Amino acid sequence: MTTIYVLWLRQLKRYIRSKPRIIASLGQPLLYLLGFGFGFGPVFQKAGQGNYIQFLAPGMIGMTILFTSIFSGIELMFDRQFGFLKEMLVAPQPRLLLMIGRTLGGATTAILQGILVIVICIIAGFRPLSISALPIAFAFMVLVAVLFTALGTAIACTLTDMQGFQMVMNFLVMPIFFLSGALFPLTGVPAAMALLANIDPLSYGVDGIRGAMIGVSHFGMLLDFIVLGIMAMVFLAIGARQFSRIEA
Amino acid sequence: MIRVEHLTKTFGEIQAVRDVSFEVGMGEIFAFLGPNGAGKTTTIKMLTTLLRPTSGKVEIDGLDPAHQQNEVRKRFGIVFQDPSLDDELTAAENLDLHGALYHVPRKLRVERTESLLKLFELWDRRNDPVKQFSGGMRRRLEIARGLLHTPKIIFLDEPTLGLDPQTRNQLWAQVKKLNEEERVTVFLTTHYMDEADRVAHRIAVIDHGAIVAQGTPAELKQQTNSETLEQAFLALTGSSIRDEGAEANRDLRNMAKMWRGRR
Ligand SMILES: Nc1ncnc2c1ncn2[C@@H]1O[C@H](COP(=O)(O)OP(=O)(O)OP(=O)(O)O)[C@@H](O)[C@H]1O
Ligand SMILES: [Mg+2]
Repeated sequence: MTTIYVLWLRQLKRYIRSKPRIIASLGQPLLYLLGFGFGFGPVFQKAGQGNYIQFLAPGMIGMTILFTSIFSGIELMFDRQFGFLKEMLVAPQPRLLLMIGRTLGGATTAILQGILVIVICIIAGFRPLSISALPIAFAFMVLVAVLFTALGTAIACTLTDMQGFQMVMNFLVMPIFFLSGALFPLTGVPAAMALLANIDPLSYGVDGIRGAMIGVSHFGMLLDFIVLGIMAMVFLAIGARQFSRIEA
Repeated sequence: MIRVEHLTKTFGEIQAVRDVSFEVGMGEIFAFLGPNGAGKTTTIKMLTTLLRPTSGKVEIDGLDPAHQQNEVRKRFGIVFQDPSLDDELTAAENLDLHGALYHVPRKLRVERTESLLKLFELWDRRNDPVKQFSGGMRRRLEIARGLLHTPKIIFLDEPTLGLDPQTRNQLWAQVKKLNEEERVTVFLTTHYMDEADRVAHRIAVIDHGAIVAQGTPAELKQQTNSETLEQAFLALTGSSIRDEGAEANRDLRNMAKMWRGRR
């Protein structure tokens, strides 16, 4: 337990101390909310889909958690570059505990970031159905955060330089975001895209958060929950396996 | 305390360590000397559970680092050749995290942190993030960290790299004191021959992955008819620069890593 706790605390301290990073990463959802939210709002409304900000806000929460958690996972690469990884690897600790502590820490920062975005969304005019819906939304946020931090960790175990990081952002993270239905409804999209959306874990995360917060869900919240739960387990297992294989 | 028999490590084509054997007794200060790329760090990595030997036998305090990893890890402290601190954390936080990872009870952790930071003259800066530290301060902090859990053995891979003469002297004085008072076994590498001459009880010289001489500083000087250990070292390892091959290998290695990363 101590091991998990101290590594969790380390991630949290690093997060809280990097204020520029926190602020910079809030800029993006803010931009989307203002740009897309108010830009597409009228079109969306005319198409009979209701208020676009209501629809978009859960997507922004999902997006923020995705980016923050993938990044905290991939931070492992920086630990390697700056050397702290060696300190962890040589400690008399099972690798699994190290990995879990790190992942939970990264996931916590992503959740905090997600909560900040909820606040921003509310300021921009977003209104969740009810306060009682928030705990359910929160559960989905946790699953999304754990899942993608574990994925980021697994990727970082095999990456050794910044170019690789760029590749991951462009060819994995951005598609995960765009195909997830964060920006548009998944009903009525072309079959090929629907297929991709169906295998994108974030689709279920955004859908679950949306279901909880505005009562509109594409897959159904139960399915969202099951898929995310299983995927989170799978990615944790992959991350743990990759981490246990790192050599200094 | 440390027993190594016919230890070999190959990275693809490169034989980084070949058929190395030596023993380090309990309470001994043992210096492992060799030109750049000789295989010192690779040997240390195998002794400290970070790399698996290609072949050969290693025993640390009677245990096998390849199989009883955590038991072995509890017994040693290490100062890596390259930095390994968390820059965002403060000096005290780095030590505390280390203590927690090494199962040091909280109260003892606090006490040891204080005494070590004072010993290495970092106490006043304990709440500053490491990123604000100079190179010498970082190095001192790494050494303090390696000692926090009162290890039986300490591995020092070029601990005085980048330190000024004052700090170097002070550091070796502390290492000697620790060795005498707490019977800590010391395994060190350095490129400063005078330091090795002064602190080491015994020395092994390694070149191109193989041991070329072993003995006390006096014995090595005698063997080579040299006045100083530096002359003895040059006599044993020649005076040509060894790094070229090693550097080329390192470049290749980095390139391979990059390609692996891309896929
Ligand atoms: N992970 C690796 N993959 C491939 N080759 C390696 C690896 N690590 C070390 N080598 C090679 O093994 C040889 C020994 O390297 P090592 O780092 O042990 O030298 P060293 O004696 O510590 O040198 P220095 O004094 O420069 O620190 C070098 O040729 C190096 O390029
Ligand atoms: Mg070295």
